[in-house]
Amino acid sequence: MDAFLDDLSTAAPRFWDGLVVTLQLGLGGAAVAFVIAVALGLLTLSPNSWLRAPGRMVVEFFRGTSLVVQLFFFFFVLPQIGLELDPIPVGIAALGLNYGAYGAEVVRGSLAAVPKAQWEATTALSMGSVQRMARIIWPQAWALMLPGLNNLLVMLVKGTALASFIFLHDVTFVADDLRRTMGKLFSFGIGFAIYYALNQLLSSGMRILELRAQRRLGLKPESRKATKRAEAVAGVG
Amino acid sequence: MPPTDESLQPVPGAPALTFENVVKKFGDLTVLNDLNFEVERGQRVTLIGPSGSGKTTILRLVMTLESLTGGYIHVDGVPLTHVERGGKRVARRHKDVAQLTRRIGMVFQQFNLFPNMTVIENIIEAPVHVLGKSKEEARTRGKELLEQVGLGDKADQHPSRLSGGQQQRVAIARALAMDPEILLLDEVTSALDPELVGDVLQVLRDLAENTDITMLIVTHEMQFAQDVSDRVLMFDSGHIIEDAQPDVMFSNPTHERTKEFLRAVL
Repeated sequence: MDAFLDDLSTAAPRFWDGLVVTLQLGLGGAAVAFVIAVALGLLTLSPNSWLRAPGRMVVEFFRGTSLVVQLFFFFFVLPQIGLELDPIPVGIAALGLNYGAYGAEVVRGSLAAVPKAQWEATTALSMGSVQRMARIIWPQAWALMLPGLNNLLVMLVKGTALASFIFLHDVTFVADDLRRTMGKLFSFGIGFAIYYALNQLLSSGMRILELRAQRRLGLKPESRKATKRAEAVAGVG
Repeated sequence: MPPTDESLQPVPGAPALTFENVVKKFGDLTVLNDLNFEVERGQRVTLIGPSGSGKTTILRLVMTLESLTGGYIHVDGVPLTHVERGGKRVARRHKDVAQLTRRIGMVFQQFNLFPNMTVIENIIEAPVHVLGKSKEEARTRGKELLEQVGLGDKADQHPSRLSGGQQQRVAIARALAMDPEILLLDEVTSALDPELVGDVLQVLRDLAENTDITMLIVTHEMQFAQDVSDRVLMFDSGHIIEDAQPDVMFSNPTHERTKEFLRAVL
């Protein structure tokens, strides 16, 4: 037991450094992926084929090619045309584009799943297209897209393990590196635990967002506190 | 400056609605073929006829939920979706169409309230963000309208917690909050349980009595049609086959097809 704790205290700073890199890639990648997913999702839903067609092409390209090859392409080929990037931004860009392309399909599907009657109600109230999307359609689609986005976020975080291919010292790299000195079971065991804990944390955050979005639509009962408040206002209870 | 074809200003004395050679096709199916009729300002017109005769399509064309295949619809004498320019039929800009549809409100069979908003938020959404009213002004008016439809205590409720009849009355208040000149009522009681129909119809009867809003109504409630309408149009296969005042239409129709239809529904 003492030996284990010793190993742990030796390994902890290394894993911490690795976690910082993994978090940068994961959170940075997720932020980029979200922006790209929304932009491409809206483009691919556009009635204008001049907007829709390029959107579809970008989605199909980044969804249809390997993340590793994209990573290599950004890291090794772009410098040849004079675009030199640090490995972290390269990792963030590749993860963002790849998972953003998947996310675009989730966004498009969710927006399209909002009943046509809701769109018609906005027309009957003479709303403009920006107001319609921002205030009526998006908030309803948001509740539908969160489970899909949650799934992609977990996959993206696991996808950051590819970062060692472009020489980044993320959690996976550290685990592999410590394998020689501290044993396979120990180092990869900790690797498992870190990814699992990280994803549990992110997923529960996403589920809270999901619950809130569903409450907003009246699909889930209000929290007890909110119910009490509503009853107090209504003068019952 | 004399009004041009492109002007959006109402033409004085023009009917509220004019259908001019209106054609509507869904693919190969012709629903309306060369339809012509007018609705005077303040008139309450009910469209009756068998399902599939094109009644709802007419309301949806006026609300620009469907696009015209041919012809023109004029609102207050102003062409709504298409204008004639140099002998050609040209689509209007979206912005202009949206400007014109502000004069028109619609209540749907399925209410179509926004589930992401409370009752009062549903009502003030368009007045605030389309008409540019202040929130306080819109709320005050919204509360008045809720009182008017008998739901003054439901302002902060979520629509999903209301009955169908209450939701439909909220939808009526939401349409009225835009101060429409023309109100389209598309089978507004068809989705309701029978015991909830009465309240909704009473709200509409009051509205007909106390305002001068032009109404175009599609309904299966013949008694209601008789009570509120100035005029009833009997449709069959996209054509008006009879156009009469309600007492004449319901007691002494001339057309054989109308008699047959009324026998079936009354």
